[in-house]
Amino acid sequence: MFTSPHGKGGKQDKMKLLTHNMLTSNIIKTVTNGYPLKIVPTQVEVKTVDFNPEFISRMLPKIDWPALCQAAQSVGHGEGLPEALTEKYEEDEMLLKKVHHVLMQVEVLEGNLVCPETGRQFPISSGIPNMLLNEDEV
Amino acid sequence: MAAPMRASRIRGNYLIQFAHQHTDFRIAELKALIDLFNVDIQWDEKSLGDESPYLKVKILSEEDVRKIGSRSVLIKNIIELWGHGGTYSELNESLRETNRNIMVPHFVKEKSFKFELDAFNKKLSHSYKLEMFQHLPQDVLAFQGDVSLDNPDEAFFLLEDYGPFGSQAPENPHQIYFGRQISEGQRDAIRKYTLQSRKFIANTSMDACLSLLMANIGQVKKDNLVIDPFVGTGSLLVACAHHGAYVMGTDINYLLLHARGKPSRAKQEKRESDESIQANLCQYGLGDFYLDAVIGDASKHRMWRQQPMFDAIITDPPYGVREKAKKVGTGVEDVKLSDDQKIGHVPHKVDYHLGQIFKDLLNFAAKFLHMGGRLVYWFPVYRRSYKEENIPTHPCLHRIANCEQALNCRISRRLITMEKVRPFEEIHESDNAQVEVDHYEDASFRQMYFHPRQSKGDNSKEQVENGELSIKGENDNIESTSLTENG
Repeated sequence: MFTSPHGKGGKQDKMKLLTHNMLTSNIIKTVTNGYPLKIVPTQVEVKTVDFNPEFISRMLPKIDWPALCQAAQSVGHGEGLPEALTEKYEEDEMLLKKVHHVLMQVEVLEGNLVCPETGRQFPISSGIPNMLLNEDEV
Repeated sequence: MAAPMRASRIRGNYLIQFAHQHTDFRIAELKALIDLFNVDIQWDEKSLGDESPYLKVKILSEEDVRKIGSRSVLIKNIIELWGHGGTYSELNESLRETNRNIMVPHFVKEKSFKFELDAFNKKLSHSYKLEMFQHLPQDVLAFQGDVSLDNPDEAFFLLEDYGPFGSQAPENPHQIYFGRQISEGQRDAIRKYTLQSRKFIANTSMDACLSLLMANIGQVKKDNLVIDPFVGTGSLLVACAHHGAYVMGTDINYLLLHARGKPSRAKQEKRESDESIQANLCQYGLGDFYLDAVIGDASKHRMWRQQPMFDAIITDPPYGVREKAKKVGTGVEDVKLSDDQKIGHVPHKVDYHLGQIFKDLLNFAAKFLHMGGRLVYWFPVYRRSYKEENIPTHPCLHRIANCEQALNCRISRRLITMEKVRPFEEIHESDNAQVEVDHYEDASFRQMYFHPRQSKGDNSKEQVENGELSIKGENDNIESTSLTENG
């Protein structure tokens, strides 16, 4: 796995950790808790996205924090994230910037999302995760 | 106390001039924006109903007028109404009666100005326009500033109404309005986002006007999180990102999301390597608002962590006419794939019954919308057999609007807007989306579209002959295009 910096305006599609935070493998018949999906990246990129503290503050209550920390670590950007969220996160600009970085700027271009229960792999190809099941899994 | 009250009442008369497009959507858009900005606007319900593009309204503050104008795509202009009448002499009389205090500040020497005359249902010559300006009472409209056609400080509109569209225009207008322009609508945004210059499009990309209209009716705004579960080329995401919302989408079509399918532009042989939804947003400087596109089956809600996440769901589900409505499956029980088969396997898909698509969509909205969040989607109907009971309902969702866009004399699509009014946890698991009468029970929409004779209760031929519907011309076009596309 390697991380390459990517300037602003990159048009290549890549999966954000914000999206990862919402996805599960509970679509598989036998799975009862397909969350969080493990990220096994082969290519990660960092791009510049304008920092919008209002949006990050709005998103934070909806974020599964342990899942985000785990995801950030698995793509090599977990440094500096606290183990738990403080109550007044809206006022902590340093934290918001860090969260902005992992939610919006660190992106997976190639790799797999892996179901924690069955090990079923959902490929991320050209930055687009494929969450379709095969016909024998639905 | 009495004086300011009176002043504010007089100041409150405005005239909205709508564009002559999507007439059935005007009030739905206006109401959504009134609610979005929490402004106070009143109008006489009796003045609606015909297709006249002029609506007299009462609004308390000019600021509120500008707010509405800053978002509406169906409004061309909003003017402060200084006078109106059925004839020019009535208009002049009305102008004389108007409180001079609201007019005089705009006549000062320092303010340049221009006049414009716009008419509904008649093309007017330049000489006619000049002549009509001469008819206005010069003593009342005592302009002292310079005329500036390119960049005036104030614009004044003389608006004529020649009656219902399409009918023989009479010699003289039956209504004339005069006033000062307060705000333009967002017709320029429609030109800015035209599909003609869009990087990545497909057969079903939504045009700019309807996309922006859907974002407005969905009350999409800054810092929102919006999803389109049938994202396609992301034309609806562009409109939502235009308002500062962060956008994402899913689609079952692997080739389309990877821009590897057949291109939709007639002269393009293959898709370019950089075609993507992301590229569409970047084209307008909206790249920062793009989150992700996920290849997924919209019928599989368990793909998402179960909690309300989205402020709006804005979507155009597949009708099975220009693109097939599909979900993963075989229709056969107990399928087994060997490991070899699984590598690079594209799962088989089965037809996704239209009625079920909409029920799934409502259930999705009920689970994943925030309270107060809106679902906006298109529902295709066979006009002859459509009834209100065909529109699905859900105990968590309240229907706000149902507007029709006729596609041809037989087929239309209705834009349905629903708002989440009740948390999903409060209802019983089995108490989800329902349809009183399934519009697609007897035939798929595709069948109704292409083989109308076989569908029951069809009399479209007679309808056209009786002249009940008058939009035949454009239809033939749409139909033949679709037929070619579908081979």
